[in-house]
Amino acid sequence: MFPELNNLLNITPDRAEQGKLTLLCDAKTDGSFLVHHFLSFYLKANCKVCFVALIQSFSHYNIVGQKLGVSLTLARERGQLVFLEGLKSSMDVFFQANEEPHPLQFLREANPGNLQPLFEFVREALKPVDNGEAVWKCPVLLVDDLSLLLSLGVGAVAVLDFVHYCRATVCWELKGNMVVLVHDSGDAKDEENDILLNGLSHQSHLILRTEGLATGFCRDVHGQLRILWRRPSQPTAQRDRSLTYQYKIQDKSVSFFAKGMSPAVL
Amino acid sequence: MAAAATCGTGAGSTASMASEASKSNVTSFQRRGPRASGTDSGGTRLVSIAGTRPSVRNGQLLVSTGLPALDQLLGGGLAVGTVLLIEEDKYNIYSPLLFKYFLAEGIISGHTLLIASAKEDPADILQELPAPLLDDNCKKELDKDVYNHKTPESNVKMKIAWRYQLSPKMEQIGPVSPSRFGHYYDASKRIPQELIEASKWHGFFLPEKISSPLKVEPCSLTHGYLKLLQFIQNIIYEEGFDGSNPQKKQKNILRIGIQNLGSPLWGDDVCCTETCDNSHSLTKFLYLLRGLLRTSLSACIITMPTHLIQNKAIIARVTNLSDTVVGLESFIGSERETNPLYKDYHGLIHIRQIPRLNNLICDESDVKDLAFKLKRKLFTIEWVQDNYLRQERNIYPPGFSYLLKQKDSAWGEGSLQHSTFLMSFLAKATAFASRLVRHGEPLKQTGSGRIRQAAGPRLWHDGRRQEAPGFLGISP
Repeated sequence: MFPELNNLLNITPDRAEQGKLTLLCDAKTDGSFLVHHFLSFYLKANCKVCFVALIQSFSHYNIVGQKLGVSLTLARERGQLVFLEGLKSSMDVFFQANEEPHPLQFLREANPGNLQPLFEFVREALKPVDNGEAVWKCPVLLVDDLSLLLSLGVGAVAVLDFVHYCRATVCWELKGNMVVLVHDSGDAKDEENDILLNGLSHQSHLILRTEGLATGFCRDVHGQLRILWRRPSQPTAQRDRSLTYQYKIQDKSVSFFAKGMSPAVL
Repeated sequence: MAAAATCGTGAGSTASMASEASKSNVTSFQRRGPRASGTDSGGTRLVSIAGTRPSVRNGQLLVSTGLPALDQLLGGGLAVGTVLLIEEDKYNIYSPLLFKYFLAEGIISGHTLLIASAKEDPADILQELPAPLLDDNCKKELDKDVYNHKTPESNVKMKIAWRYQLSPKMEQIGPVSPSRFGHYYDASKRIPQELIEASKWHGFFLPEKISSPLKVEPCSLTHGYLKLLQFIQNIIYEEGFDGSNPQKKQKNILRIGIQNLGSPLWGDDVCCTETCDNSHSLTKFLYLLRGLLRTSLSACIITMPTHLIQNKAIIARVTNLSDTVVGLESFIGSERETNPLYKDYHGLIHIRQIPRLNNLICDESDVKDLAFKLKRKLFTIEWVQDNYLRQERNIYPPGFSYLLKQKDSAWGEGSLQHSTFLMSFLAKATAFASRLVRHGEPLKQTGSGRIRQAAGPRLWHDGRRQEAPGFLGISP
């Protein structure tokens, strides 16, 4: 996790909030450093994490996690982390002719109807253990990333349904948290993606939006991060609070600064 | 610059690899294993595969793309287990060249090839591969080229934007022997037949592999993609590239080349209509291919005619599903062909995406305006700003006004003399010099040229407002 980002968001591993849906959105840049942040944050906060990793392999997250101070292999062995690796099992699922249920069985279908098997997997992974002892704090669901499901043939509405079911179970019933990543297509008019993004923006409590700089590539400032706190349950009586920072990604951390205050320019 | 650093360490590590290949027992050279064995590589392991080298940044295993200049721009080479997507140029003239360089590099390094095409027989593609330039020939060619286009320009001193003279130049790496990383190829000669025969390759020619269409079950993937995926999976499994076969002692890289993916010849109509029936076929294929590659010792090059894809959203999705994306834009038939700025070049090359593998950051190159040319026999990539600044006068012609931005202040307008003077100031930091923008069409004189004098002690000296003589003695 990045200590500077924790300060900006005003959270610490000891005092994590519960029942929140966080939306990570990136436009014209790569926002995956936020996924690494939240993964290591919740593992350090002693939460039970279910990670649906569709876009990269386990060793990728593991190696970056080691730089941030968590060991995913250790967490997986202890039972703290349930890791669904999409890439490794994709070929097997696709070529399995029999009707064996698998969380990713939408890969087999020509027009996948819904993501129910995936939801069952998540529910199974995060349900509290029956012996009654609370070993881990609140359960957390991490998805990287949802836009990929659209590329694989799932409709935007089906993905929204999946998020809704997960939110009802994880956030409301189990008092846990959810973090999902969605790409913003920007200029390319990806209507399905826009439906998904708009739908999620209205449901989420916290939106972290990374954008590339409008003026193009810069060596010292890699992008801009917009943080938006929302209260979706209440009518918008109070204004949502929003902050904007620019950031530079380094080897093991990310440094944040106010707009225009990059150390390279000052 | 980072490129120079990778050059130096590249030479160092290949030297150690050469010695290690001979000993192949215990050496001090250690690196983390490739992602194929990521799950059990708790520590380090010794790997010696010909034609590969570890990345300077994170030990990731890299292979050469066949163009040392492109390797430099991609941060050392193409990572094993990833896809290099080439967005084809409009008339498909230069992308087959990159495709062939990749395959030729595989033959020279002794890798296994898998060539898939719906248009040409893979055996014919193999015959047309370029011949490698070995030591002495290469040196002669490079010296000739360097002499020809370096002498006139290096003598010209930049008068105004003098900081650009110290800008990074695309240094050409010296010629390398066949056992090193990255070779130069002669596009005018064919690869010797004995090299082809000594190599191991598999071909997938779509018209041969597609059986009668009666047996096709409805599936989310186009029939051609399905067959190709099964073919690749078979090769990887049978030849042990995914590490599942413990009997295979010799570890080697599988270089996969797929030509014109997405074109109608593959049975996909993503290039034909905007809303196609099987719109997810291409993206699903790329996802499954990515899963295959990540768990095996292979690298893949795909050329795709993205300029034909009607639905731009699909291009964005394809880019997200590929690791490294390089776009080619040739000047043929475009207005840039006659632009004096680009007279030495054949097209622009855009590095659209570089993956961040096992890392938070990636080795992005600072130079973004790159052009390529196929000069005599060599394919070179250069920073187009070099040529840009050789013709200063063409860029800042007199008669125009220029908007200048100074540090921490708003945009202001300046006259030409003011602007050229300030340019030298601002050009001290190259970041600011790029903010000099030509404002618009040359301004016609609109007023009388009269200058109203500012208020001072003698303004109303004669009972009339004093006026300074006109700055421009031109009547309107």
